[in-house]
Amino acid sequence: MNRRLLLKSGIALFSLLVIAPMRALAAAWNKPAFEAVQVEQALQEFGIKQVEASDLITLIAPDFAENGAIVQIEVESHIPGTEEISILAEKNPTSLIANFILATGTEPHIILRIKLGDSGPLKAVIKAGDKYYAAAKHVEVAIGGCG
Amino acid sequence: MSDLMKIRATAKNGLTEVKVLMLHPMETGRRKNDFDEIVPAHFIQSVTATLNGKVVLQAQWGTGVSKNPYLTFYLGDAKAGDVVGVKWEDNKGESNAIEGKVVAA
Repeated sequence: MNRRLLLKSGIALFSLLVIAPMRALAAAWNKPAFEAVQVEQALQEFGIKQVEASDLITLIAPDFAENGAIVQIEVESHIPGTEEISILAEKNPTSLIANFILATGTEPHIILRIKLGDSGPLKAVIKAGDKYYAAAKHVEVAIGGCG
Repeated sequence: MSDLMKIRATAKNGLTEVKVLMLHPMETGRRKNDFDEIVPAHFIQSVTATLNGKVVLQAQWGTGVSKNPYLTFYLGDAKAGDVVGVKWEDNKGESNAIEGKVVAA
């Protein structure tokens, strides 16, 4: 019984110490997710199934972007335990723009300049624990920047 | 250190703001040049940031990040004198890295 418990906890410890960080930090570029056209498809490739809308996510983007090639956006999550931030644009040729994995001590706050192909919703998806939350904002684009 | 990157890390009120500029074409693989030829995709796929050598941020990017990417992130545990490093790798296997010291604002 003792031996079994020791083995069990040993395996649990091993996966916690070795496998989990490896998965988190050495993740290979997720080609299917970045080549997915639809938002839902891209999220699925990242293993994201259920996404809950949340007003604890601040998504700042211009209402009107004259040049879709350079649109500065800001995402800040106030959800405790935020581990990941993903940015997606529904009307882009491929919707997933970026995914950030944050270590403890790194603030869930990112500013990035992105391309928007057409007017449409911009989405920020947050991972906290094993749950996913999202915020969206509509951006009008005068000249698409995804050529 | 590198002409292809710039970094500035400023500590203020217990929070360190890190601004990084990376010179990169970020070609989507869909754009056509003046001769109507498709310009092959060439874009940054991964960005890793470290604080005193420890990974603090790991990003995967697609073609939707603007040309000459400009990224800002915030560190809660950094203090003046600490070293922040940022490295990128693109779809052609090219890479570049830069390090900067955190400066008090």
